[in-house]
Amino acid sequence: MTTTRLRSLPARAPSGATLPATPPAPRQTGAPVVELRDVSKIYGGGSVGLEQASMKISRGEFVFLVGATGCGKSTCIRLLMKELEPSAGSILIAGKDLDDVGPKQVALLRRNIGTVFQDYKLLPNRTVYDNVAYSLQVIGEPRQEIRRKVPDILRLVGLSTKLHNFPDQLSGGEQQRVSIARAFVNHPPLLLADEPTGNLDPETSIGIMQLIYRINRTGTTVIVATHDKEMVDKMRRRVIELREGRIVRDELSGLYRPDESTTEFAVRLRGEMGVGAEGHPN
Amino acid sequence: MPFGFFLKEAFRGLSRNSAPGLAALLTVMLTALVLGVFIPIVQATTGTANEVRGRVAVDVYVTSGATAAEREQLRQAIERTANVRSVDFISKAEGLREAKQKNPGAFAEGTELLGGNPLPDTFRVLPEDPDRVGAIVDRLAPREPSGERVPSLAGIDEVRNKESDTDKILSATGLVKILTAGLAALLIFASVALVANTIRLSVFSRRREVEVMKLVGATNWFIRWPFVIEGIFVGFMGGVLAVLLLTIAKETFIDPLSERFELLAAPETIDFPLLIVLLLVACVAVSAVGSAITLRRFLRV
Repeated sequence: MTTTRLRSLPARAPSGATLPATPPAPRQTGAPVVELRDVSKIYGGGSVGLEQASMKISRGEFVFLVGATGCGKSTCIRLLMKELEPSAGSILIAGKDLDDVGPKQVALLRRNIGTVFQDYKLLPNRTVYDNVAYSLQVIGEPRQEIRRKVPDILRLVGLSTKLHNFPDQLSGGEQQRVSIARAFVNHPPLLLADEPTGNLDPETSIGIMQLIYRINRTGTTVIVATHDKEMVDKMRRRVIELREGRIVRDELSGLYRPDESTTEFAVRLRGEMGVGAEGHPN
Repeated sequence: MPFGFFLKEAFRGLSRNSAPGLAALLTVMLTALVLGVFIPIVQATTGTANEVRGRVAVDVYVTSGATAAEREQLRQAIERTANVRSVDFISKAEGLREAKQKNPGAFAEGTELLGGNPLPDTFRVLPEDPDRVGAIVDRLAPREPSGERVPSLAGIDEVRNKESDTDKILSATGLVKILTAGLAALLIFASVALVANTIRLSVFSRRREVEVMKLVGATNWFIRWPFVIEGIFVGFMGGVLAVLLLTIAKETFIDPLSERFELLAAPETIDFPLLIVLLLVACVAVSAVGSAITLRRFLRV
């Protein structure tokens, strides 16, 4: 781990599975980086994406958005990127209401938000180097800077030997590393990850999450939408649970699902199969 | 913004996505080729039609006893009439010579039999607008209620315009002109639609790429410029190829033939250099604008 790059590092960097039971308290300074005020998103056709969701995420926090498929995690991420418009409520990023961000300013907003997706979304006919360089070219970075920064960030994610490979010549984990490098190369204050480990095996997932965690340690606020239970339980970060578009839980160091014993799980399993008290609505 | 970067991006797009680009290039080339052949044909056809229309004339026969002064007066009166472009005097002798040339046997015999020149002095009146030639006739010799035409000016014996022939010429050439204009419009529309569609296809095959660029924070013009440059390049190359083929065809086939056949060297067709410039500009404009417009849909992320 290249600790020299990391800002405000705690005395001992916890790693992987041995994270402390009580994580360092998030730095609560200034306006929240992300704030949702009673945000609803109803898609055309009436299906609910998000319903009256409110949350505040402060600078430097690491937040998991968890929940089953269709619970509104991705809607939340896409709303934050202004890829979607909320049906009601307001979203503030760094104190700025997204309603006030015009179509011309969306590009500027997105340059300040790094994004990582489940399907990587790399440009297929560009090399690893060019993919990462593109997000610097977009902001008009001079060429020498690009030449300096891109190999740097690719070394950080461990891909310094595959600079000139095309995305389809890489494994899933490597492609996700490229997309993380692209998201972080211009050091955005906010990183959004939508199921970053959704397509990856557990071993590779740990590597990816490690990278995201390292990015968080440089002071970047990170929001990860995931259903990777194991990862959430091991990392013990703030967890916001969504169910059918509503926020049902917001814990500072949570588990994917509050502890339950095998028998409790058995009860839930039976319940959800048919006549459970707290069952699935279907 | 960095032009060099956009240029590099455009050529990256062309080389890594060559199939749709090549298809667009070929489409541009073929449509330009067809247009390049068709434009002179349309012009030659309408030129010929106009030439035929130019032959529509009104003959004003002068009374046999008219003096030179009366004739001059009559000429001025006719020249003042509306829709008259030119008035030519054809004397009896000239008229006979002309007629003999056209039909030597009959007239030689005729004059012999009649013992003199039967033709009157004639003013040949050419109209400004052949379609309204009837108005001249009506002016010089209005139709009486009885249905007979009576000359309105002193010195006119009779006014003739070979009415049935004139009508045929006018309706036939009119139809030809309308048809060729319609065909030309259709062909130009088809060419624009075809090129625009092929360009759309090549942009469409990269819509995911455009979406990713938007998510990374590229502005619309940052994404658009390389596509527009690509469009310009494809249009220009297609146009140049078409022009090359046209030139070769002209040099090898048309030019040698036109020396032998007057008709092929139609006088009113467009200059070849002007045709080349027009085609190139049209190709480049259609494909560049086509790229930019198609992109608009995918830029709305």
